[in-house]
Amino acid sequence: MRTGKLKNNDSEQEDPYTGSMRESIRKVEATREERIESEIPLMDPEEREEVLNEYHPDYKESGMRPLKAGPNSGDEMPLELADLLEAYPAVEPSEIDLTRVDYEVDILVIGGGGAGTVASLWAVKQGIDPEDILIATKLRHGDANSMMAQGGIQAADGEKDSPAAHFLDIVGGGHYANKPNLAKALAKDAPGMLKWHENLGVMYDKNEDGSMKTLHGGGTSRKRLHSAKDYTGMELMRTIRDEARNLEIPVEEFSPAVELLTDSEGTVTGALLYNMETEQYYVVRAKSVVMATGGFGRLHIQDFPTTNHYGATADGLVMAYRAGANLLDMDSVQYHPTGAAFPEQIVGLLVTEKVRGSGAIPVNREGEAFVYNLEPRDVEAGALIRECYGRNKGVETPTGMKGVWLDTPMIDMMHGEGTFEENLAYIYRLYTRFGIDPTEDPLLVFPTLHYQNGGVEINEEGKTAVEGLFAGGEVEGGVHGKNRLMGNSLLDYNVFGKRAGISAAKRAKEVGWGEISLQHAVKYSQQLEEAGIDEDRRSPMLVPEYRGEQTLSRSIDIL
Amino acid sequence: MSEDAEKQTVEIFIMGKKYEVPRGLTIMKAMEYSGYQYIRGVGCRGGFCGACATIYRLEGDYKLHTDLACQTTVQDGMYLTQLPFTPAGREGYDLEELDISNNPLLDLYPELARCVSCNTCTKTCPQDLEVMDFVNEAIRGNIKEVAELSFDCIQCGLCAARCPAEIPHHHVAQLARRIYGRYQAPDSVHLEERVEEIEAGQFDEKLNELVNLSKEDLKERYENREIEE
Repeated sequence: MRTGKLKNNDSEQEDPYTGSMRESIRKVEATREERIESEIPLMDPEEREEVLNEYHPDYKESGMRPLKAGPNSGDEMPLELADLLEAYPAVEPSEIDLTRVDYEVDILVIGGGGAGTVASLWAVKQGIDPEDILIATKLRHGDANSMMAQGGIQAADGEKDSPAAHFLDIVGGGHYANKPNLAKALAKDAPGMLKWHENLGVMYDKNEDGSMKTLHGGGTSRKRLHSAKDYTGMELMRTIRDEARNLEIPVEEFSPAVELLTDSEGTVTGALLYNMETEQYYVVRAKSVVMATGGFGRLHIQDFPTTNHYGATADGLVMAYRAGANLLDMDSVQYHPTGAAFPEQIVGLLVTEKVRGSGAIPVNREGEAFVYNLEPRDVEAGALIRECYGRNKGVETPTGMKGVWLDTPMIDMMHGEGTFEENLAYIYRLYTRFGIDPTEDPLLVFPTLHYQNGGVEINEEGKTAVEGLFAGGEVEGGVHGKNRLMGNSLLDYNVFGKRAGISAAKRAKEVGWGEISLQHAVKYSQQLEEAGIDEDRRSPMLVPEYRGEQTLSRSIDIL
Repeated sequence: MSEDAEKQTVEIFIMGKKYEVPRGLTIMKAMEYSGYQYIRGVGCRGGFCGACATIYRLEGDYKLHTDLACQTTVQDGMYLTQLPFTPAGREGYDLEELDISNNPLLDLYPELARCVSCNTCTKTCPQDLEVMDFVNEAIRGNIKEVAELSFDCIQCGLCAARCPAEIPHHHVAQLARRIYGRYQAPDSVHLEERVEEIEAGQFDEKLNELVNLSKEDLKERYENREIEE
């Protein structure tokens, strides 16, 4: 058996938990046996509503403002996103020479995460030559939230389950704001996507007879969550990336798209890429463009820490919006209930819902359970915030952050020694690296910014409102309504990555290359000027700013 | 405790150049604090993607340590550099056409046979995997063992960079996992049956009914739905 090496400190391991935290842990330990025996009831609909209204960050009015330009004018958006949407192009259109085209492809896929990779693979299945596809991505192929998903993927393949039951969970969890046809597609395609994965060699957790091991997730009515330990996202992403490499689908890394290109009708006809290392731009003409840039976690909405990867900066939303795409449900942000709140080095990182799915329960400073462990994510997050700030029963860390305990030692007590390390290898490794053994001690958690529930509106074929532009994965909206359930994001990038890829391929077979220009961006800038937006504001952001203040305050640009 | 341990800052050497940073930061955050804005060498920041492979030595110690910049706390006297890319060769293949009767791992990666069992790969692995063990299993053609031992591999490439036999361990392991998942793990019969049922349109009527319900009716169905124990 592998044991955590506790690398970050010398062999004489000091207890990372402080005296007062340790004192609270003793109370958690004292009530543990009793907690395993007892059952916490689900919240009734009235209490759910109250928790959301009073404590969920989406319901805080000062965090939003209505947009002043573009198709969603008047719609409330998080301030951090509004700043990027109400911004001028990062590249100056007049400085770009579009007469020299660097790439002419059938399909340009913007984003090298799960959705972009799936779209490419299915475009090839539609008969597109891999050479006629280009994946342009900001970091490396596979550097994406897709790689980080831990808990699993939903699919109604169980005997007691059905796509209809899955559909109900999706729309109920999404507060009925979902586009019904998108929710239907998500539920209906799910088993087929898992079958595809099986054929690609994905190692799902299975029983001896090949049947899938499944668990409940927050808000599921059936045990529908399929996993590959707690590296589900990594196992899926690395497998589909491997397949894309076998097919030799071209990938431009470190070269994000920074603006779409359009013809005089507004049809998307390509994109401008920017090589972040050499600082040169590339002009791409494409018959179809698939937007697959993921979400906006790195905007740190309302100053929340995030589980997201470094590149999750809403670039695709910005580009698509400038080209005229409509955005849905941008007022709804998913805060995952259980982000790490301690130790400081890992604050914000995800502690998968599979931990609660396996039986661990949130517990307050006094050792009291206060919420059912598998409420839908927004409700569970609201309940944790209420416990810390409404009822003042949180545990304070040395940096002043508050959190509640997630009683992880329950898992091995309920399911046998070794269960945690076997099924939650990532979490085990994450914490033992910093001297905390989750089978011995509970983990301190607090909600963390996790997912963009909304996004660019698509139809069930993955088409946006803009001709020539398709979208799949976290960048698109309408699938999850106001709240995505666990295990439906990996599923989303598969289902809508596939649908977008197929639709993009069909279009590419029917149309030729169009004229390319930046006129949509120029037009949008005029709208911004009329709305009086400060000209210094530029987007897309590409990478977040984490440099030390002292350095930035004395930074000059000479080279 | 020495005086140094009580100081609120530590001295680190980023590619040999000295910076003073707050104690307790990860290597990644310490580099950012010092003024570096990442393009290379950063990805998920959570220990999944392998982009931030780092090699370091501590003052007064001859050993070269390897770890992930996002998962490692800075220490006083740390000399560090990142290794954001390993030029390890990867062989393409067609999973459906692969001859698995022999040892496909050795067929595609004959350099496996150059392993001298020095165990450097295992000592290098930031995930603490038994890398040399799975290389040995790969040489023997034990695909399942390679797949299982390598499952937590994040493909950072540090092992391949340090290997005196120049084996691309992470690519070998990826191949083994896919062969195992495709050909050796038992198929899920209920999954296949469900896919057939869906393709036969068995759930369409029910789904279409739900799609067309009013919000109120949907709400009622949702709140009264049966929940599996």
